[in-house]
Amino acid sequence: MNWVAWQMLTGDRAKYWGTIFGIAFGTLLISQQTALFMGLMRRTASQIDGVREATIWVMDPEVQNTDEILPLSETDVFRVRGVPGVSWAVRYYKGLARAKVSDGRFRQVMLMGLDETTMVGAPVEMLQGSLADLSRPDGVIVDKAGFEYLWPGVEPRLGDTLEMNDRRAVIVGVCKAGAPFQTFPLVFTRYTRALEYAPPERNRLSFVLAKPEDGRDVDEVCAAITKQTKLLALSRNQFFWRTIGYYLKSTGIPVNFGITIALGFIVGTAIAGQTFYLFTLENLRQFGALKAMGLANGRLVLMILLQAAIVGGVGFGLGMGVTAFFFEATKNVTHLAGFYLPWQVVLGSAAAVTMIVVLASLVSIRRVLVLEPAIVFRGA
Amino acid sequence: MISTPQNSVDLSFAADAGRAAGVAVHCRQISKDFGDGDTRVRVLHDVEVEVPAGEMSLLVGPSGCGKTTLISIIAGLLDPTAGDVTLFGTPRSSLSARQLIAYRAKNIGFVFQQYNLLPALTATANVAIPLLIGRMNREQAFARARSLLTQVGMSDRADAFPSQLSGGQQQRVAIARALVHEPRLLVCDEPTAALDAHSGQTVMELLRRVAVQPDRAVIVVTHDNRVFRFGDRIIEMDDGRIQAVRTGDALVEAASETVAGTGKASGTQKAHDPS
Repeated sequence: MNWVAWQMLTGDRAKYWGTIFGIAFGTLLISQQTALFMGLMRRTASQIDGVREATIWVMDPEVQNTDEILPLSETDVFRVRGVPGVSWAVRYYKGLARAKVSDGRFRQVMLMGLDETTMVGAPVEMLQGSLADLSRPDGVIVDKAGFEYLWPGVEPRLGDTLEMNDRRAVIVGVCKAGAPFQTFPLVFTRYTRALEYAPPERNRLSFVLAKPEDGRDVDEVCAAITKQTKLLALSRNQFFWRTIGYYLKSTGIPVNFGITIALGFIVGTAIAGQTFYLFTLENLRQFGALKAMGLANGRLVLMILLQAAIVGGVGFGLGMGVTAFFFEATKNVTHLAGFYLPWQVVLGSAAAVTMIVVLASLVSIRRVLVLEPAIVFRGA
Repeated sequence: MISTPQNSVDLSFAADAGRAAGVAVHCRQISKDFGDGDTRVRVLHDVEVEVPAGEMSLLVGPSGCGKTTLISIIAGLLDPTAGDVTLFGTPRSSLSARQLIAYRAKNIGFVFQQYNLLPALTATANVAIPLLIGRMNREQAFARARSLLTQVGMSDRADAFPSQLSGGQQQRVAIARALVHEPRLLVCDEPTAALDAHSGQTVMELLRRVAVQPDRAVIVVTHDNRVFRFGDRIIEMDDGRIQAVRTGDALVEAASETVAGTGKASGTQKAHDPS
């Protein structure tokens, strides 16, 4: 009877494609918005993710995310180094600076000051120039997206100059880096140079980046640092989620995305459910005839579930295909850098679509289960 | 022969010794209520009736007299409030719900007033449905379906969809579907009601020709007096009770009376001669 179920489903093309459209639309909204949301949240912590060498971040206990920083004393790095179990600890500056381009335009930039000798926190992938060029006087490395913000329409190149805090900076490298939550250009330079570019403050050490000795547990060392220095030491993973947690709790972003995702779910369920239910209603006499002819309820339910699974599968494939196409088509768009379709979203959307399909078919199943086969003996 | 006790009808006559092969359906004191409490309505009152195999029995009576309810109970689609139905020696009450469905799938064929063909399936596929329900291989089922379509004169429209067929053609396909699994009981609900006179006559001729078999009972619910002549007997119902069962020459009289009772034109009704 599976074949009959398939024929019944595809026999009415309008309803077949209508149901598929509902599910595809729901899938598109759910998956695309969820992927964008995840990408946006990942952006809030992209600077943490970008520092691969250090597994421990030490900061003022009041710090909740990477963008709101209460600077430490310059000597704090030595206190961290003195904690047993710490292999190494270096200074790291992260702050905002105003960068003026030669034609007078300016942009707020995110300035990263790297330890002079270890270059911990340096960009992983250089597109032009090299990390070693940071040793040149006034040398800075800017991320590709940032370069395009600073010099719109100009292909990334070396040698252009910026002015920050009345000091000259020369682009000696262009890198690829995780886009920040605020779409500021990322400017990497040496720690001491960054302090010159940054606005003056009494304390300016943003973070101490550290790594435990081999074989030492990161969490244990973090606890030891916190206990000994009274500073907050977090593993990279903890700080990553602390930052994301802050944005989740303190901004309207999750609510707005959540509403869109919920709308996708509701609209998808409504369209798919209504069309599928109408399809069942219009075939009610036929279902009644099948019941009268001896088709058991269990097989009827299987027929409906098969029909639901088919429209669900096709709709999900179409919706997910459009989402994947969107991210594929926009992967080189500067403003959308870093957004992609994670497998978790595919899986989550599949679960949501399964729920849509089950909800849509439940009403139909109930209707068919309570259907008296004697209905077929009643006139039209 | 006419027997007219109010609710207990003796059908032990030998309608035609050559065709009748015993009692196919025996309804014993069937009652059926709908609703509860103050809204409870009794639509069948202690109905006692037998339907022999090898004949076409017409169940007639005015609208709302309980015909549809009675055939629904006979076909196992409704449960009686009281009483029992024996189908070919098997008491319905002895079957579980699951067994009843299986019994229905194997032994009962249906022809509906509105045909109830699946619009997305071709005539062949529609006819094959009872075999597919019986889990027959699709190729075999289709081959058997095509053979039945040939019998009902629809071989040239085997690949047509219901929307491409006239009402009469759809009913012929429905008859083929009802017979494809060789049921022992064929239940037809107003098979000519949606058809014009000519198509109705064709359908009834077809039913007589291909459905009536020595080991099969055919029950046709109708109030179309034009088809009375095709029956071997008429079971008259009114107000949820069997009023009379007429056979042989009495069919002509029955036709006239029933037609008069239902307000239909009579005219040239002629009883079918079983012999």
